[in-house]
Amino acid sequence: MAAQAQAGSVKAVEAGTRGGGRLALPGTLWLLAFFLLPLVIMAIVSFMSLGSRKTIVMPFTDANYQRVLSALYLPTIWDSVWISLVTTIICLLVGYPLAFFISTRKSQLMRQLTLFLVILPFWTNFVVRTYAMQTVLAREGVLNHFLLSLGLIDHPLDLLYTQGAVIIGLVYGYLPFMVLPIYATAERFDFKLVAAANDLGANDWQAIWRIIIPLTLPGVIAGFILVFIPCLGAFVTPELLGGTSTLMIGNLINSQFEESNYPRGSALSITLMALVMFALLLYVRFGTREQK
Amino acid sequence: MAQQTLSQSLAPEIEIDVAKLRRDLLMRQVGKVGYLLNALVAYFFLWAPIFVLVVFSFNDSRSVAQWQGFTLRWYSGIFANVAGTGTSGSTTSILDALSNSLIIGGVATIVATILGTALSLALVRYRFPGKRVLDSLLYMPVIIPEIAQAISLALFFKIIFDAINLARPDQPPVTYGYGTIIIGHVVFNVAYVVIVVRARLADMNPRLEEAARDLGASEWQTFWRVTFPLMLPGIIAGALLAFTLSLDDYIVTAMNRGIGDATLTVVVFGMMRRGVSPEVNAISTLMIIFSILLIGISLLLQGRSAVTGRG
Repeated sequence: MAAQAQAGSVKAVEAGTRGGGRLALPGTLWLLAFFLLPLVIMAIVSFMSLGSRKTIVMPFTDANYQRVLSALYLPTIWDSVWISLVTTIICLLVGYPLAFFISTRKSQLMRQLTLFLVILPFWTNFVVRTYAMQTVLAREGVLNHFLLSLGLIDHPLDLLYTQGAVIIGLVYGYLPFMVLPIYATAERFDFKLVAAANDLGANDWQAIWRIIIPLTLPGVIAGFILVFIPCLGAFVTPELLGGTSTLMIGNLINSQFEESNYPRGSALSITLMALVMFALLLYVRFGTREQK
Repeated sequence: MAQQTLSQSLAPEIEIDVAKLRRDLLMRQVGKVGYLLNALVAYFFLWAPIFVLVVFSFNDSRSVAQWQGFTLRWYSGIFANVAGTGTSGSTTSILDALSNSLIIGGVATIVATILGTALSLALVRYRFPGKRVLDSLLYMPVIIPEIAQAISLALFFKIIFDAINLARPDQPPVTYGYGTIIIGHVVFNVAYVVIVVRARLADMNPRLEEAARDLGASEWQTFWRVTFPLMLPGIIAGALLAFTLSLDDYIVTAMNRGIGDATLTVVVFGMMRRGVSPEVNAISTLMIIFSILLIGISLLLQGRSAVTGRG
């Protein structure tokens, strides 16, 4: 239908002008000049050296990458991967049943409302939402105050500026990214298949593992990628909730650029992008195969 | 004979089945409770922090955890220029920052909407060489971590500025400013405008345009009197989305700004780094209300299909 519509209008409009390329030109040039070219320059700078007075100079070297993969930065890179992985798994464990909860609401209105309640927080400013978590976890924050008043603890806990706080903040920020794609597959899921499996002697666990999960796998994999990638490049969350104790790659990149060490900062950025590309490659390999 | 073996082999199995069935039913009950509990906890987790943030912006105390009574003083403080009250070190006042946000967001939105609308028209209506490549180039800013985009752009500008300043040492040096921030915002906004406008274009009935042409309208007339008015809700929705993203952005803005042109998000982020305070709660509450309003209008214009737009 869409293709047909497209073909029809192509005929209608093509009579006058030949070049749709002309319409696309300004936007394409903008992206080439201010997005792709800077990335290429950054890749080149990542192989250059830092000269006197913080200038970027020749010769080409792989010293920056050696530095990135040294004991100085490697632990932080692993931490970032670990934090992102744990965040993604928590999002999956919470988001998967939640997506089914939303898709199985009886009335259209309830389905829309429950979905809307997941989406709305994620339309509000990310920095503000991270701060909201900060007011909950702070030493003088709501959670400590609540636990103290119940008498469960006798002195405030140091919840903020820990790895746990960063993970909670990231789950808070990116849970909707997990729920939405799973909801999209759950909504199309036919529960008659489960009834059929039960009739054929499968118990609920078998029905879940062998029918429901395989059929919703594309949504799970898409959600995994949509949460994992922004977590890897996170900056705001570790900055506000991790403080100086929990660093991620984003903080390293930022501090290198603040010190005007552009070559090393570039090498760190390229490393981050390589990790993202690796995750995407896995997605293309396994995620898209499931959909066919 | 055969019948007997059949019933013999079946009988014990049915007995086990009953016990298993009980267990399964129990598991199902547990599962159901867990399923409901998970949803309740998830909604609580998503909404409680925002609720707490808003409530304590009205608290008559510096504490953001212990309720002391209702006040609006943190809000009046914002408009009386909060830079003085406990947020020393901030060189940009809240109102200046707000005006920076609106100017940068406004210009970036206009540019991104024009570029994005043209791109959508080209992608939906025309065939041209490099279309596939353009399609993936468009969505790259959405996938690539924002910090990499922000840093590479800052580096790019630094190299250009250094070259210009070296070439004409007698002139005042060029440096980061509104322009560099706006350029960065347009990069990530274009993709979102295209997503929204393209969806609208794909939904449109091409017969209407054909009818206009059949009735003798020129291509130009058809575009302005049929195509454009039909696209308009999508264009406005895309623009509102872009404006919201611009206002909310921290990373690209912080890395590509000059001294003095901090946006509201950048100033507030600086205050947050110093810890929690009721002023930040109040500003945050206003920001939440503002973005929910913008997004609400954008969603209404896009219709229901757009709920998952940002993915």
